[in-house]
Amino acid sequence: MTQKLATVALVLAATAGSASAEKTKFEYWYGLTGDLGAVVAETCNRFNASQDQYEAVCVGQDGYEKAVQNTIAAFRAGKHPTILQAFDAGTADLMLSGEFYPVSKLMADTGVNIDWADYFPGIANYYSSKSGEFFSMPWNSSTPVYYFNKDQFAKAGITEAPITWEGLEAAFVKLKDSGQACGLAYAPSSWIDLEQFSMANNVPVASNNNGYDGLDTKLLFNTTLHVKHMENIQRWLTDGYALLRTQAAGKTSRDSFVEGECSVFFSSIADHNTINKLKPSFAWDVQIIPTYEGVERKNTVVGGASLWVLSGKTDAEYKAAASYLAFLATKPEQQFLLENSGYIPVTKSTYEALKAEGFYAKAPYINRDIAMKSLTWSEPTPLTRGIRLGGMIQIRAEWQAEVEAALAGQKTMKEALDTAVARGDEQLARFAQTYAGKSFP
Amino acid sequence: MRRAYFKFSWIAAALLAPQLLIIFVFFYWPSAQALYWAFTLEQPWGGGNTWVGFENFRKVLSDPYYWSSVRVSVVYALATTVLAMSMALTLAIFVDRQLAGYKAYRVAIIWPYAVAAPAVGLAFQFVFNPGAGIFSYINTIAPGWWDLSKYPWQAVTAIVVAGAWKQVAYSFVFFLAALQSIPRSLTEAAAMDGARPLRRMIDLQLPLLTPTFFFLLVINITDSFTDSFGIVDTLTGGGPFRATDLMVYKIYADGFRGFDYSGAAAQSIILMLLVMALTFVQFRYVERRVHYT
Repeated sequence: MTQKLATVALVLAATAGSASAEKTKFEYWYGLTGDLGAVVAETCNRFNASQDQYEAVCVGQDGYEKAVQNTIAAFRAGKHPTILQAFDAGTADLMLSGEFYPVSKLMADTGVNIDWADYFPGIANYYSSKSGEFFSMPWNSSTPVYYFNKDQFAKAGITEAPITWEGLEAAFVKLKDSGQACGLAYAPSSWIDLEQFSMANNVPVASNNNGYDGLDTKLLFNTTLHVKHMENIQRWLTDGYALLRTQAAGKTSRDSFVEGECSVFFSSIADHNTINKLKPSFAWDVQIIPTYEGVERKNTVVGGASLWVLSGKTDAEYKAAASYLAFLATKPEQQFLLENSGYIPVTKSTYEALKAEGFYAKAPYINRDIAMKSLTWSEPTPLTRGIRLGGMIQIRAEWQAEVEAALAGQKTMKEALDTAVARGDEQLARFAQTYAGKSFP
Repeated sequence: MRRAYFKFSWIAAALLAPQLLIIFVFFYWPSAQALYWAFTLEQPWGGGNTWVGFENFRKVLSDPYYWSSVRVSVVYALATTVLAMSMALTLAIFVDRQLAGYKAYRVAIIWPYAVAAPAVGLAFQFVFNPGAGIFSYINTIAPGWWDLSKYPWQAVTAIVVAGAWKQVAYSFVFFLAALQSIPRSLTEAAAMDGARPLRRMIDLQLPLLTPTFFFLLVINITDSFTDSFGIVDTLTGGGPFRATDLMVYKIYADGFRGFDYSGAAAQSIILMLLVMALTFVQFRYVERRVHYT
C-alpha cells in the first residue's frame, strides 16, 4: 500500500515537474524594499496566476543602488536577469553601453501592442531616446510636491497654499506670527532643490540641454536661479523660519512634519501614502512645488524607477518579459500599484478612467493627482525633458556635501555651489573620456 | 637559527594546491585586475576600456578632499588602535587577576568581535543619535550641543568609539592568552620580593607582553584601515560634509555607488601601498623594542 502511494506521489511529482518546465521562466531584479518590495513581489504573483505560459522569478536586491550594482556584477559574469528595475541616476552607463533591449523595439519584435502615445510626455521623454523610442518601461513613477499642515495654515490665516516661493516665504512669516515656531522642515535634496527646481523654473542644470546633446557637458547650476534659491533656504534657516531635519541630525523632515513641529516639508508624492499610514493628528494636504515670481512655470519630470530589459537573453525569455511588462501597463495593474503605494498613473487613459471613477475624490487618495498637474503643467521644453548626465550619483553627492558645508557655515552658498560644479565637471569629463566617441542615443 | 629542509614531494604539492588555488583566485587575481583597472578607464557594463597611464592616480592625488580623507583615515586608525588596545589590556589584566565572576565576564567580552560592522554601526546609532539616542540627553541640558550632522569632530569621535568597541574583543583575547602564559612562578616570586600588583604589572607583565602587543598593533592598524566601512556607512554615511569619508568608504562610494571602477581601483592600490608602508615602518622601528622569549 505504501509502495503504491509512493508511486502515485512520484508520478504526480513528475507531471507537476514537466508542467512547470513548459513555462518560460525569466528573472526580474528589483530595488524597492519593505512594503513597496512586497508590492513588486505581489505583481509577480498576480502575473504568474494570470496565465500559464510564463513564470516571473522576482528577486529583491535591497535598494535601487544595490540592484544596479548587483546586476552589473552579474552581467559581467553572464548571469544577469532579463528585467532590471533601475533608478534614473544609475542608468547613464547602461544607456551608453548599449547592453539593453529598448522596450519599444522589444514590444514590436514580440508582437505586443502598446500605445506609446498614451504615456504622459513628462514620463515618456524621460525614458526614451531623442527620437522618441522608449528605452525602458515606466512603472513606479513620482514627482516632488510639498506637504502642508492645513490646521496651522488656517490658524495663521493662510487660505490657499502658495505656488510661488515669494508666497511661501510670506506664509512662513505669517506662521511665525501665529505662534508656529517652524515653517519648513528642510532636508537638502539634489533631486528636489536642484533637478526638479530647475525643471519647474525652466533653468538649465547643465549645458547641451542638460546633457542630451553630447557628452562634452558642463554643469551650469552655479550660474542660475538655483543659487538665489539655495541662499534663500539658508536665510530661512538662519532667520528661524526653517529647521534642518535630516536622519543624521536625529529626525527626518517627514517625522518633523507628522509630529506637527514644522508646517511644511518637501518630498516625493510617494510619501502621500506613508503619511496616510502615519495618521497625523491634523488635517493636511499637498501642493505643487513653487516657482519664483516672474518665471514661466514648466513641467516637472518623473522620478522613481523604470524597468530595463537587458541584452544577452533568449527570444523565449524576451517574449515572457514583454508579456510581463504589458501586464504591468494595464489599468488594473496600474491601479493595484496606486492603491498600495503613493505612486502615480503613467498613462493618460488610466488616469482619466480613474478620475472618472472618482478615485481621486475619496480618501486616502484625495488630491494625490496634484502630481499629475505638476508633471503635465506644460509640454516638455528642451530644458525640461529630463537630465542625461554621466556620474550623476557622484554629482548629487558633491552637491549634497557642499550644500551641507555651506549650511553649517563653513563657506558661502555660492562658494559651495561653485565647488560642487567644478568637481561635478571633473566627473563629466571623466565620463566623456570613458565613453569617448559615443553619445546618448 | 636552524633551517629545516624538505624534499620535494608530489603529495605535499597536491595538499598545498587547493590552498594556493584559493589564494590565487581570491587574492592575486582580483589584485591584478584592480591594478590593471587603475591604469585604464573601465566601462562598468563591459564594452572595453581606455589605457590612461597614471591619470587615475594623478586625479586622486591632486584632489584636496582625497588628502583630507587620508588624514582622517590615519587619525581614525591611530585613535581606534590606541583606544581599543588600552581598553583590551585593562580588561585582560582584570580578568587575569581572577576577580569575582571573571568567567562570565570573559565570555561577555569576547563576543563583540562576532558582531558585524554594520550591526555595530546601527547599535551605536542608538547611542549617538542626537534626537533619540542616549546622547540626546546632553541636548536636553544644552540644546543643539550634540549634533553629528553639524560637527565633524563629534562624527569622528562617534566612529572611533564604535570602531574601538568592535576591536576590543579581539585584542582582549590575545592579551588574556599572553597574560595567562606568563609563568605563575615569576609573578609569585615577584610578590614574595614585595612587589605590589601595579609594580608587577609594569616591571614584569608588560615587558613580557611586548610580542603580543606588537602583533596586535599591526593587526589593529591594518584592520582599522580596511574594515571600517560598515561602521561609517551606517553611522555617518561619510558626513557631515566628508568629515568621516574614510579611504575605504570613499572607494565604495566612488566604485560601487558611482560606477567609477577605475578611480576606485586606483584608490585601492594607494590604500594597499599605505597599509604596506605602515606595516613596514612598524616592523622596522617598533619591532626593535620587542623581546621574544
